[in-house]
Amino acid sequence: MSLITTLARLEAVRTGRAQPAATVRHRHLSDRPLVFVPLTTAGEAGAPLGALVGTDRDAPHLLVVPQPRDRDLRFAFLADLADIVLPHIEAYAESVEAAERTETDPETGKRVKVEVDLCADAAQLVVPSRAGVDFVRLLGRSMRFRRTAEQDPETPHPAPPRVPLLGRWLTHYGERARVPGSSLLLAMTDLLGRHWATGQSTLEDQHLGALLAWIAPDGTQGATGAEAARRAELARDADGQLLCPPAGPATDPAFDNRLLAPAIERHHRARTALAAAEDGLEADDRLGALTAAEREIRGLVESRTRPTWDAVWRGLDLLRELPEGAHAEERWTRDRWSFTSHRDRILAGEPPQPRRDDAVTAANKLATREREQARLEAQEALDDPLVMAGRRLSGEAFAGEVVDVVMAYSESKRPSPRPLVTVRTDDRPHLGERVKVYRSLGGKPQTAEYVGPAAPDHGDGTGTGADDGTLVLRIMDKMGRGKEPEAGSVPEKGDLVCFTLFEHEQRGGAKLPDPEQTPWTHGGPPGETATVPEAADAQTEEDVL
Amino acid sequence: MDKAALASALGSPAAFGQSQFALTRGNAFEAKVKADGGAELLRLVHERLDRGAEPPAEARVEVPDLSATGPEGRTARTALALREAAGTPGAWTLLDHPMLALDVAGSPAFLEPDAVVVHPDGSWTVVEIKSFPMLDGSADPAKVGAAARQAAVYVLALERVAARLDPAPRVRHRVLLVCPKDFSNLPTASAVDVRKQRAVTDRQLARLTRVEDIADALPEGVCFSPELPAEELAAAVEAVPAAYAPECLSACELAFHCRAGSREAGAVTCLGRPVRAELGGLSTVEDVLAAARGEAGDPDDPAVAALRRAARLRAEALATAGSRSGGAGTASAAGDGSGAGSRTGVGEVSACR
Repeated sequence: MSLITTLARLEAVRTGRAQPAATVRHRHLSDRPLVFVPLTTAGEAGAPLGALVGTDRDAPHLLVVPQPRDRDLRFAFLADLADIVLPHIEAYAESVEAAERTETDPETGKRVKVEVDLCADAAQLVVPSRAGVDFVRLLGRSMRFRRTAEQDPETPHPAPPRVPLLGRWLTHYGERARVPGSSLLLAMTDLLGRHWATGQSTLEDQHLGALLAWIAPDGTQGATGAEAARRAELARDADGQLLCPPAGPATDPAFDNRLLAPAIERHHRARTALAAAEDGLEADDRLGALTAAEREIRGLVESRTRPTWDAVWRGLDLLRELPEGAHAEERWTRDRWSFTSHRDRILAGEPPQPRRDDAVTAANKLATREREQARLEAQEALDDPLVMAGRRLSGEAFAGEVVDVVMAYSESKRPSPRPLVTVRTDDRPHLGERVKVYRSLGGKPQTAEYVGPAAPDHGDGTGTGADDGTLVLRIMDKMGRGKEPEAGSVPEKGDLVCFTLFEHEQRGGAKLPDPEQTPWTHGGPPGETATVPEAADAQTEEDVL
Repeated sequence: MDKAALASALGSPAAFGQSQFALTRGNAFEAKVKADGGAELLRLVHERLDRGAEPPAEARVEVPDLSATGPEGRTARTALALREAAGTPGAWTLLDHPMLALDVAGSPAFLEPDAVVVHPDGSWTVVEIKSFPMLDGSADPAKVGAAARQAAVYVLALERVAARLDPAPRVRHRVLLVCPKDFSNLPTASAVDVRKQRAVTDRQLARLTRVEDIADALPEGVCFSPELPAEELAAAVEAVPAAYAPECLSACELAFHCRAGSREAGAVTCLGRPVRAELGGLSTVEDVLAAARGEAGDPDDPAVAALRRAARLRAEALATAGSRSGGAGTASAAGDGSGAGSRTGVGEVSACR
C-alpha cells in the first residue's frame, strides 16, 4: 500500500466516508454480468447449500439443496446451475468476429498472420468476495471429472449430462481470475477495494457489507462509515441472526445451528415419512409436508443470499459511475481471447483441464501472470493520475514543465534528431545516467534518455538531478524518419510532461519448448500417461458425504 | 476465563462459533479414520512416516484405554500408557485422545491431540485429523499452517513427557495430517514437518509474561465477571494492556472491544501493522493528517516530508481528475448518483495532463 493510499484511508477515518483510491474504473464491466451468490455447507467440501444466480437484479434464480449431504439433490442443483450458466456462456461463445493472430507456421517456421474467430464479447461472472472466487474454482474442480451415464454407462453415480461441461467452464473462470487485471470472474470486494479507500484495514474490507457501509451507507442516517460497518459486521436481530449475513459462501454458525439445522431435520423427517407411506392418500399428505419443509429451506437460503445479491448490484452501480480507464478495454480483449480459446478447446473435444499442469503449461501460466501484473501496473498508472501520483511519490515517474528545448542530432552518417529537453519537476525520480524514461505520445510510448541535471553548477554528471529539480532528457524516437522531427513529436517550451521510468508495454518472455520437448529436469515429456484420460474422483460409498 | 461471555457483556460480542454441520462432519470423519482399532490410521502412519517398520497389519497393535476422571487423571493415565508402550518394543501403540499438560505462562494447560502413535522403534508421532479436504494432494495452506502450529504444541508437550522417561524416547518432528481425499470421506494423509513451528512456539512460551506477573500489575480487587455493569467491566479490561491489530479479529473474542478502544484513541494500527510501520513516529490519525497538512510535525523528519509530498501529489491528482471529468463528481466517494453518465471517451488519456 503506497503512502497515498494510506493517506486516503486516514482521511476516510477522519471524515467517516470512503475516499477515492482511483479516479477511473480499472476493470471492464459487462453490460450483462452474471451475478452468482453461492452458499456452502459448513465442514463439507463441494457441498453447495444454495445460490442466487442470474443477470436480472430484480429476478434472480434461487437454487437450493434441501439436504446438502444427499448426492442426488446436489446433482439436481448442479444441473439447474448448468441450465442457467451454460446458455449464458454459450450465447457469448456463438457470436464471433474475425481477428488476426500471429502463429508460427509449422512448415516454414516463420511467423505468419492467420485469420481466426474471436468472440465479440465474453460472459462476465461476478461473485461477492474472494472466497466466492475460490468456491467457483472448487465447484469447477468437483464437476469436471464427473462422468455422465453417456460417457461411462458403468459409473455408479452418473452426473447429469451438462454438469462436467459446467465444471470445465468454471475451472477456466477460476483459473483466469488468477491473472492480474483480468475481468472474466470478478470479486465485488476486490473491485470496490481497488477503487475506494475505507477507514478500516484491508482485512476488514473483505466483508462486503462493511466495505459498502463505508462507500455508500444507506438506511442509518448520519452514521459514520465505522459505525455503519460495525453494524454490518455484528448487529443481530432478536433471534440472534446477523442483520447483514456474511457474503458467503460460508454461512454464519448461528444461522446454521438455530435455523438451518432444524429445518433440514424437518425436511429429513418428512422425506423419511413419505418413503414409509403405505397408501396414496397418506402419501399425498406427507408429500405436502415435504413440500412445506422444502419451501422453508428455500426461504431461509433466500433470506441469507438476497442481501448479498442486492449488495453486489449496488456495488456494480457505484462502479459504473466511474468512467472506464482507457486501457481496461484492451485488457478485456485479452479476456475475450482467453474465453475464445477455451471455447475452441471444448469444441475440439479436448479432455478437461488436468488435475496438475505439466511443467510447460505451469511455466507458461506463471510467465503470463508476471507479464500481466507488470502490464496492469503500467496501464493503471497511465490511465489514472491518482495511481501515477503513487508512482511519482516512489520515484518511478516524474511530471513537470518543459523549460527549454535545444535541437541536437545523433552522430551517425545520417544524423537523426535527438533534441535535448530540459524539464523542471518537483518530483524526485531515481534517475541515473542514460536511464531510459518513457512518456505516452498518442497512445504509444516515446523513449527518452536521461542526460543529467540542467544547472551547470551541478553538471558533474553524478548528481541525481533532483537537487534543484531541473533535468535534461534526450528524446530518442517517435519523431519520424526525416531530419526535422514531425510536428507534435517533441515537447515544446511550456508543455506539461510526465515521464515514467517503467516501460509502458510488456515484452513476452523467452519462448518455452513444446510439451513434447520438456527437459528431463522438469519431468520430461508427458509421454503415454498424458493420453490416458484422468480418472473420475473416488466417491464415498454411502449415499451421503 | 470465558472470553466470549466477557466480550458479550462488554457489548462487542465475538463472531466466533462452530456450525453443527462442521462439527458432525468432523466427528464422523474422525470416527471413520479411527474405526477398526485404528487399522486405517496405523496403515497411514506406516505408509507415510515409517515404511521400514513392520506393517501394523502383521505386527502387534496395542490400543490402551485412557479413560480416567479429570484432566489431571487423564494426563497421568496417558503418561503411564506411554511408559508401558516404551516397555513393549516391536509393537504399534495407538493412543486415542490422550491428555497432555503443558506449562503456559506459569499455569498448566491441558491439551488433547487427536491421537499419538508409538512406533515399533519406540518413537512417538502426533496425529492430527482435520476435516478440510486434501484436493489433488494439496490442502488450503492457511489451514495446514494452523494445524501444524497446533501439532507443534502437542509435540512440545510430548517432549516434556519423554524427558521424564529413561531412556527418553524420540518425539518425531514430522506429524501426520489426516484429511478427507478430494470430495469423498476417504482418508488420506500427509507428513508435515513442524520443526519450525515447534521452535517458534518453544521460544514464545519461554518469553510469555507469567500470568502472576500480569495479575500483580493489576490494581487490587479487579474482577472480570460478565455480571458486572458494562462500565466497570470495561475499566477492568482496560487495566490489562493490549495492542490491537486487525489480525486479532480472526483470533481473539475480545478483538472487537479492543478495536473500538483503538479507534477511539485514533491509533493508526487499526488500519494494519504495515501502515504503522510506514508512518514513522506518528501513531495517531490526527497527528498524521496534521503533519500531512503541514500544521504540525518536523519538516526535516523523512516520514513527515514524505507525507507532505504524498498529500500534495494526491490533491493534485484528484484536482486533475476532477477537471478532466468536467467536475461532475465522478471521483467523489459518496456515490450520491450525481456523477452518473460522465464518461471519458475511449481515446487515449495522458494521465498527467
